[in-house]
Amino acid sequence: MVMVKRGDSTPEFKVTPDKYLPHRYAGASGDFNPIHIDPELAKQVGLPGNILHGLWTMAQVAVANTQLAAGDPRALKRLSVQFRGVGLPEREITVTGTVKQADGNRVVIDTVATQGENAIIRNAEAELELS
Amino acid sequence: MTVKTEAVGKKWPEATYEVGLEKIREYANAIGVANPVHQDREEATAAGFRDVVAPPMFCVVYSARAMGPAILDPEVGMNFAAMVHGGQEFIWGEPVCSGDTITTSASCTEIYEKDGKGFYVFESVSTNQDGAETVRATWTNIVRGV
Repeated sequence: MVMVKRGDSTPEFKVTPDKYLPHRYAGASGDFNPIHIDPELAKQVGLPGNILHGLWTMAQVAVANTQLAAGDPRALKRLSVQFRGVGLPEREITVTGTVKQADGNRVVIDTVATQGENAIIRNAEAELELS
Repeated sequence: MTVKTEAVGKKWPEATYEVGLEKIREYANAIGVANPVHQDREEATAAGFRDVVAPPMFCVVYSARAMGPAILDPEVGMNFAAMVHGGQEFIWGEPVCSGDTITTSASCTEIYEKDGKGFYVFESVSTNQDGAETVRATWTNIVRGV
């Protein structure tokens, strides 16, 4: 079992979505909202360009936090996030976390996803059961 | 102006989703998850899964069919032009594998106004073909300028 204690940092995770990632995620998820895939339309509604799907970014937070359990999908018991700001393709995203509670094999992590100066997912909490 | 709250407590019809192997692979590739249990049957069964297992966040794919009618319901009356996805919580249970049939029901649990914004909160509960809960989700949408 991985030993973690309150206050520990979890492994940092970095990912850069390529230009066409929102198109692939649209196909995989079924969410074809044009703000994610049409840069012109996105600009017309006041966005800087087509934006990442919040649930794709949340999936990166899930993947990042599951690293603590070597990627075992059974380990992730709960993930709660708030979406803030907008994520953009072709810019690096960093997911970081700090252990908030460690009780036996149950671990709660405060986690955040940032892109440059912008916290695009904040007040997020991941609960893992480590084996 | 205040938000209308008639839809609080409303439940929408259950929707079922049949989980396919290639859809799991497509989703796993789109989110870039590396563990081969999301791609390869032998790897998945060797790790104790019934079949190729979906990443936890795949729940957004099988829940969408039940959530669509709830979000779009005129009785809820969200102004989509001013709507953002504000928050999300998933609580996972039994893993979802290729070949599973997942049934999801959606309901509206809360509608309220705060700081000039409308908050619309939905819950969905998904179960597999054996009746085991796979995920319980809370979806929060925020509408500006209500």
